[in-house]
Amino acid sequence: MSEPDQIIGVSLPRRDASRLATGRGTFTDDIVLPRMVHMALVRSPYAHALIKTIDIKEAINAEGVVRVITGRDLTEICSPFIAGIEFLPNMISAPQYALALEEVAWQGEGVCAVLAESRALAEDAAELVKIEWEELPAVVDPVAALTTGTPIVHRDLETNLAMTMPIEEGDTKSAFAEAEVIVEHSFEFGRQAGVALETRSVVADFEPAGRQLTVYQSHQTPYQMQDVYARHLELAEHQVRVIAKDVGGAFGLKLHAYPDEMAAVAASVLLGRPVKYIVDRQESFASDIHSREMTASGRLAVTGQGVILGVEVDILSAIGAYSIYPRTSVGDGIQAVQFTGAPYRLPAFKGRVRIVYQNKTPCGAYRAVGQPIGCSIIEQLLDIAAAKLNLDPAEIRRRNHLRSVDMPLKASGGLEFSNVSLDECLTALLAKMNYESLRKDQKEAQKRGIYRGIGLATFVEQTAVGAGLYGPAGVRVSAQEGCSLRLNPSGLVNCSTSVTDQGQGTLTGLQQVIAGTLGIGFDDVTVEAGDGGATPYGGGSWASRGLAIGGEAARLAAIDLRNKILAVAAAITQELPENLTIVNSKIFDGSKCLMDLSELSRIVHFRQDTLPPGVDFEMNVTRHFVPRDFPYFIANGIQASYLEVDIGTGAIKLLEHWVAEDCGKIVNPLLVDEQLRGGIVQGLGAALYEHCLFDDAGQLLTASLADYAVPLASEMPDIHIIHVETPASGTGLGAKGAGEAGTLGAPAAVWCAVNDAIRPLGAQVWKQPFTMAHVLQALNSKGS
Amino acid sequence: MTEMLPIKLSVNGAVVSKLVDPRQHLTDFLRSDLGLTGSHIGCEHGVCGACSVRVNGQVIRGCLMLASQTEGAEIETIEGIVESGEAAELIAAFVARNALQCGFCTPGILLTAAEIVAEGKCLGRQEIRNELSGNICRCTGYHAIIDAVEMVLAEKMKEE
Repeated sequence: MSEPDQIIGVSLPRRDASRLATGRGTFTDDIVLPRMVHMALVRSPYAHALIKTIDIKEAINAEGVVRVITGRDLTEICSPFIAGIEFLPNMISAPQYALALEEVAWQGEGVCAVLAESRALAEDAAELVKIEWEELPAVVDPVAALTTGTPIVHRDLETNLAMTMPIEEGDTKSAFAEAEVIVEHSFEFGRQAGVALETRSVVADFEPAGRQLTVYQSHQTPYQMQDVYARHLELAEHQVRVIAKDVGGAFGLKLHAYPDEMAAVAASVLLGRPVKYIVDRQESFASDIHSREMTASGRLAVTGQGVILGVEVDILSAIGAYSIYPRTSVGDGIQAVQFTGAPYRLPAFKGRVRIVYQNKTPCGAYRAVGQPIGCSIIEQLLDIAAAKLNLDPAEIRRRNHLRSVDMPLKASGGLEFSNVSLDECLTALLAKMNYESLRKDQKEAQKRGIYRGIGLATFVEQTAVGAGLYGPAGVRVSAQEGCSLRLNPSGLVNCSTSVTDQGQGTLTGLQQVIAGTLGIGFDDVTVEAGDGGATPYGGGSWASRGLAIGGEAARLAAIDLRNKILAVAAAITQELPENLTIVNSKIFDGSKCLMDLSELSRIVHFRQDTLPPGVDFEMNVTRHFVPRDFPYFIANGIQASYLEVDIGTGAIKLLEHWVAEDCGKIVNPLLVDEQLRGGIVQGLGAALYEHCLFDDAGQLLTASLADYAVPLASEMPDIHIIHVETPASGTGLGAKGAGEAGTLGAPAAVWCAVNDAIRPLGAQVWKQPFTMAHVLQALNSKGS
Repeated sequence: MTEMLPIKLSVNGAVVSKLVDPRQHLTDFLRSDLGLTGSHIGCEHGVCGACSVRVNGQVIRGCLMLASQTEGAEIETIEGIVESGEAAELIAAFVARNALQCGFCTPGILLTAAEIVAEGKCLGRQEIRNELSGNICRCTGYHAIIDAVEMVLAEKMKEE
């Protein structure tokens, strides 16, 4: 046997880390093409307005300007985006044009594109475009959006309500009637931005003679974008090639089709020249998808022993002006409901989500989609119930956790589970953090007037979504991942994968899976990805699918290639293939080395004449994998936050953070650890700082990194990690995803910890982010 | 048409003479005129630190300085401190510790980290965190970066 365990499951540094660290990355803005022009956009200064006239005369005559394009110029070559889901026929969305035609519905919507010899000149000319506007009343507040008589966000809509979805399982009425304790709480979640450090970027290159469109784009899924560009520009799919080189952070925000990027690509088609469009930071805040703007109320019914009888949750999710294309913006709100209580045994569950449009930046999928909301709601409700029952927060969780004996299971909101390890995670977490002594430290500190809190957040994490979601919804997003392997003449292996990597290290993980399965060295495999025209078709990177799905495709491909190699080896050596193995790039029969893989490779490439007739000498394989029998992989874990609240100023100081996490089979602990830590810090940002603020007219007030605060090294705690490993069923590799976990659970852990700290004062926070002002507000309104 | 200004400076040890647009910032100049694409543009308002470069021995934001202000200056970029070998230990530590993910912020962070290492002080984790608080990393959560810098500082202490 080969020794896959020497490579799969081992911490190995990332294959491309040195290249990136030495400044040799190729981000989209680093690409320069001959005759390339630069695009700048005129964006709407109003949240809601009609475009009366656009005067481009002065702009077109400005220095260096090649062309000025309005929405009308694009209507003939480019059709608008309309986001829809086939099984949600009531979900409505207004058409979204690459450049707005008559009406703008958020401040920042693109109206006019200026193409010039440099970005600076394009921006100069953009200032010369004169637009006559008729300002319309802006719908900003989501509750007001639903009251009768409120203006409508866009004239192509009849109502601001995008959709309502009720979910009911079991009998909540009886559950609440029988409950010994009922707790309820209201929640507000601030709108967030993804803030990839590299802004969205595109270089589009349309070559008119052959009608070939090549788009270099900072994106998670080149395949989806090939489909979008082909269909909306009326090109054949094989005339479009989207290439994602190095991508400087994505987090879901680079998963969508954006009208400004569409405008740049359409401009290249119009001009027949390469067009570069780099979203600047201010534009990024105004036009990247936002997410998580929700208000919620939740009720929890428990027995006197703290056992859950029922949960009710009602969520209002505000998604901005349009449902984002092509995946729509409704997932955030739906998943928020589905994940309220998901880690626990719920005899009865009643949930409702209402999703509303407003004249703000459109929302979309951001890391952990909706799940942090559901997690925060149930974890708060449990803590409030535990406090009433004088139960330890860890104990009330243990009494309600889903356990493997409950499996397989369809839980609240229709979620499906195959295995969980919540109790194991909790036990490991409490031991690692010295829970009991931390509780003592907390009590001691309180005597000195120092308010410290411990927060626990149990979570289940939906990862690696399979074939059951987008396909049946009529959304042309593939859930499969593919892997092609070819043995080259030196006995080394080239891999080409549909999985894309924005720094997670997934490609390194694939390299490990392939090397380990084949029985060759880690460095004997290279992995190419990101080129939608040259790699097997697939999903790319979203919802933590890289190793769970792409890793399985790689494993299957490696098995096939191994079998092909062994068949040739058997033919050459006159042995039986089933007796042969590959270890360290050598073919063995038991302990006897028969030949080097490099020798076999030389023969199949250069000396086919020496092979017996009929022997298959083609050493190329392609395999795809998609989960078909189950919808996704549910990973799980628990986070804990320890922090201190200054009750004088309202400032929160994070002291330490822990996570016990089970993402199935771990291919590379080093990669998983930093996915968790990075995710946690994004969640901590959500809890403490990050908030897209708008004024009453729908003007974005936080459009710079000075106004929208993201976590800095100085404020962040050390993060301790414990792994629990329960291999996923359904694949040979057994990996689940790990990318959402940190962001999912961290806000809830902080929420619980803050309230744990100030509960002795009779106060609790209810509004995320927990700014100093809000903590003081909570302290001042205690008991009310 | 604005009048271009002549500048003569040293970039990574080589003399550079160019005509620049007076309004062009240093990072745009380095990236588009000299092809030094290792310095990145993350915000262009001096917050994120992805454009950090060294000017006359001090780490500054390339987006907050005009190229036309650099007459006679000595500039070092990520490409310079890689080629000189100055960043070798830091890069090895960053790679070993997986202290970078997308890598967009990393060149800027390495410039700042190199400054910390060069100062030769024995810093604790919180002090390293404070020193790096001018460089945003959205991927790693910082922990691994702090580990990597701590490793290099500890090695330096051993050598001395």
